[in-house]
Amino acid sequence: METKSRTFLMVPYYLWMVLFVVAPIALVGYYSFFDIQGNFTLANYQNFFSGTYLSLTLSSFWYAFLITVFTLLIAYPTAYWITKTKQKQLWLLLIIIPSWINLLLKTYAFIGIFGMNGSINNVLTFLGLERQQILYTDFSFIFVSVYIFIPFMILPIFNALDKLNPGLVDASNDLGASQWVTFRKVIWPLTVGGVKAGIQATFIPALSLFMITRLIAGNKVITLGTAIEQQFLVTQNWGMGSTIAVFLIVFMVIIMILTGDREKGGNQRGNY
Amino acid sequence: MKSLVQTIIVLLVAVAILFYVNTQLNESSSSASSDTITVFNWGEYIDPELVDRFEQETGIRVIYETFDSNEAMLTKIQQGGTRYDVAMPSEYMIEKMKEEELLIPIDQSKLPNLQNIDPYFLDLPFDPGNQYSIPYFWGTVGIAFNPTLLDGQTFESWNDLWSPELKQEVILVDGAREVMGMGLNTLGYSLNSTDETELRAATDRLKEMGPNVKAIIGDEIVETMRRGEAAIALVWSGQAADIMYVNEDIDYSVPEEGSNLWFDNMIIPKTAGNVEGAHKFINFMLDAEVAAQNADYVGYSTPNSAAIELMDPEVTGDTRFYPTEEMRERLEVYQNLGPEKLGLYNELFLEFKMSMNQN
Repeated sequence: METKSRTFLMVPYYLWMVLFVVAPIALVGYYSFFDIQGNFTLANYQNFFSGTYLSLTLSSFWYAFLITVFTLLIAYPTAYWITKTKQKQLWLLLIIIPSWINLLLKTYAFIGIFGMNGSINNVLTFLGLERQQILYTDFSFIFVSVYIFIPFMILPIFNALDKLNPGLVDASNDLGASQWVTFRKVIWPLTVGGVKAGIQATFIPALSLFMITRLIAGNKVITLGTAIEQQFLVTQNWGMGSTIAVFLIVFMVIIMILTGDREKGGNQRGNY
Repeated sequence: MKSLVQTIIVLLVAVAILFYVNTQLNESSSSASSDTITVFNWGEYIDPELVDRFEQETGIRVIYETFDSNEAMLTKIQQGGTRYDVAMPSEYMIEKMKEEELLIPIDQSKLPNLQNIDPYFLDLPFDPGNQYSIPYFWGTVGIAFNPTLLDGQTFESWNDLWSPELKQEVILVDGAREVMGMGLNTLGYSLNSTDETELRAATDRLKEMGPNVKAIIGDEIVETMRRGEAAIALVWSGQAADIMYVNEDIDYSVPEEGSNLWFDNMIIPKTAGNVEGAHKFINFMLDAEVAAQNADYVGYSTPNSAAIELMDPEVTGDTRFYPTEEMRERLEVYQNLGPEKLGLYNELFLEFKMSMNQN
């Protein structure tokens, strides 16, 4: 009876996995071997390694890297500061709330803020400065992306910092370590798991951002996501679109492995 | 093993349920089809008042859905999930749909109002004898510009967009055929060129324009130009009309080297469940008064000569939007280039977009 009901409870999970995870990935892999006429071919893969798509991949990685670095630089100190406040949950909530608002809506708001006649430029002219082109630049793209990813980076880092035993920090201080050494030798190693989780939640989606590239960067920044969208919706070359998607999946797996939480190693260090 | 069998059984049951729901849904939509039609049109491309009026006059209920590209429309009609009765694709897409046998022939005897259409727009190469399509709107591709933000530049030639004074001023529409077409026209080539050397030359020419490009965006162009955010944009004539409706400073010109002339047409796709109702709807839209009201609302150029007589002569006499036949001779209609060549256009367009990040 026990096992029977347990198997039964597993059914929705398996169904979900098969229908919405395994099957789509298999289909993507399958389609990547067909050209636009529906003939079996490896040309899509060949095409991927020819100039355009390779530099596209590199630039996607570069932007995703920048976005992740800036997000981390803001998120870590913020998360640290939140753990020191009295109203932790309240502050955390205030940071989470914006992520409940529709992404498109927030993006449109930034068009208004960054525009030639937007709030920032109005302030600039008020201060007697010249109007600046902010929208459709690399800066605006990275700024908006960082803004969007911050909550996803703060959450895991906050959890890790919050779990950190303050006794360890006190001990380190008592034993004569400077603030910097305490951070480097105690706090950082114990929270690096949270940082890795945050990087996963930022870097991987940043590789395939596509709406912000158009609305905020005016398509001057092209990511793998934009290229996939184009291949499916405009060119109708499902084969090429799938091939790019296959590489995106491969890159994601690599990143997952690199940033994976190596449970054993982490715990051992924690046990010292 | 046992769990595998169970998984398979569960999968089969789920598939059966989904299948049942699907057939039920299809049946319910077909049972209602005698007094409903589903119209599939571009966004903002009809006066909603006219839909209400059609419903009142004929008692046929209209389900209205919109698309934002010919390709998206094609995909939905190919899938056949919804019973679209009337759709409004552009000419090159009609050629393609004809090839794929996705269209139902139109019975012209049921369209007495067809005589309102200017014969110039009938019997065009993409659909000889209007077997499958009836003209809805037409227009051009050109340059919308805001003279108050510029030092008196005008745009008689595409080459004017390459002028070094226009750094970061030009907005392009995110369409491979429009942007590549501009590159081809500048060099004096046909915008239906399938010659790879010509296309590569056009791409290189476009790359030189890189520093002038502010952004490559979609429908947001209209808002961006209205707000005076950008000075110059490559647009469809109707977008220009939309922009000018709000911001009167803006002007529109079709460069002398030539440009694209396009036609959107009403068709009845194979998915239709109410062919009779579809004909009624098309005939209604061809009515002089209806077409005039619609053209006023939408801002594109109507092929309906009876409607033009009812409209403000200031609008219909404006050669920017109603170019004379002589002017139209410089313009070219898109041909369906086939998936491979279209792929090449998109590949090169992507290359152009990529090049902008390097400068």
